[in-house]
Amino acid sequence: MIKINHISKAFNGRSVLDSISGEFDKGKTNLIIGSSGTGKSVLLKCIVGLLQPDQGSVYFDLRNFTEADKEMKSEIRREMGMLFQGGALFDSKNVEQNVMFPLDVLTTKPLEEKLDRVNFCLKRVGLENVNSKMPSEISGGMKKRVGIARAIVNNPNYLFCDEPNSGLDPQTSIVIDELIKEITEEYDITTVVVTHDMNSVMGIGEKIMFLYKGQKLWEGSYREIMNSGVKELDDFVFTNKVMKNLKGKVTSL
Amino acid sequence: MKGFGKYVIFLGSLFVRRETFKTYYQLVLEECIIIGIGSILLFVLVSTFMGAVSTIQTAANLVNPLIPRYIISQVVREMTILELAPTIMAIIYAGKVGSSMAGGLGTMRITEQIDALEVMGINSSSYLVLPKIIASILMYPLLVIVAGVCSLVGGYLVGTLTGIMTAEDYIYGIRLAFNPYFISFALIKSLVFAFLISSISSFKGYYTQGGALEVGIASTSAVTTSVIAVLLSDYFLAQLLL
Repeated sequence: MIKINHISKAFNGRSVLDSISGEFDKGKTNLIIGSSGTGKSVLLKCIVGLLQPDQGSVYFDLRNFTEADKEMKSEIRREMGMLFQGGALFDSKNVEQNVMFPLDVLTTKPLEEKLDRVNFCLKRVGLENVNSKMPSEISGGMKKRVGIARAIVNNPNYLFCDEPNSGLDPQTSIVIDELIKEITEEYDITTVVVTHDMNSVMGIGEKIMFLYKGQKLWEGSYREIMNSGVKELDDFVFTNKVMKNLKGKVTSL
Repeated sequence: MKGFGKYVIFLGSLFVRRETFKTYYQLVLEECIIIGIGSILLFVLVSTFMGAVSTIQTAANLVNPLIPRYIISQVVREMTILELAPTIMAIIYAGKVGSSMAGGLGTMRITEQIDALEVMGINSSSYLVLPKIIASILMYPLLVIVAGVCSLVGGYLVGTLTGIMTAEDYIYGIRLAFNPYFISFALIKSLVFAFLISSISSFKGYYTQGGALEVGIASTSAVTTSVIAVLLSDYFLAQLLL
């Protein structure tokens, strides 16, 4: 479980996050949603330690990450896996080397064992016979899958996904969402996904945190989102006619 | 001053939370191949022509019949060892290797590859930059030696083939009143220049922010700052060591 306590962050005096608190449960797909520029990615970066919050603290299973020394931070980070918006695959390495990278650097396993694990993870994300391909030779969806395989190769306890569906077609987006959800349940890990994709919200949002102008306005599940009673959330969720009609039907039931 | 302070902190960060020796060994080898093999042809070409042109221009200036012809090769030798091989080559090195380092790291920064390393618990600056600096310090002096030899060979070829001087005169001039300390001086300079170029270029690339445009700006800035640092340190080293 990950717990955040009153996280605040400002850039050049402009507040981006204002005292955000919450918990992300183990074995669940936890979503951070909100419009562009509401501080979702900044919050995620504060959680994983890529940004230092101005105030507040982050706990990974009761371990204070924000105030931990470098060694402890490094130790906790080795329990994390992260899928970046653009995949963040290393350009100079092929798919196999990319996925094997955390094992190469963080473990002393023999090559055979590492190869087995890499092939298992690639198979798990639905990729086979692409080991020797370079990142520039594969599609956006495949890059995301490789990114997920790299994130889970070292058996993480915490999985973070920053906009996993950005730049993908709706069908591939659903596949990636399902994959994240399945992996979360299968390995019983704490997953935090930053997204503004409503398909993801309705499909895998077991626990959702809604951010608006740097503040947490609402928390709940996708079942509760239709009747949240929060105007800003309604404005965010029901932006198109399909969703508005859906809300009308749900309300009339 | 703020930028210089950040640079010093950056250098300090290279030595904390280091990875295993084996990891660095592999990375340094890879960088040595990229820097050494990738630059040798350019160094050979530039230095050969530099030696050839120096010979022609020195000969054109030494027209007094009382000055023996072997003085030409002696002048070319001193120019090559003291300045052309270590310093002028450093400027070319900054343009080729320095800009490539800054561009590579800048691209890694804007595509979140550096963030990916950090999230894995790896000290990204140490993992990415330290091997580049070590490889640079290992390879650049070797490139300077190659450049020095090629420059003298270039001078020899042009001097003898165009009839400026005989082969015996050229060799005699090259060996006349040779001070071996100048070789040591050139190698000390090459070590300092290698460190400055690789560390400054890496620093500029590592802290790139924005997009493709900023990567280009970082590369340009890496070259200009490295060249200024090389020229300044060249002056101070000459004052200190000669």
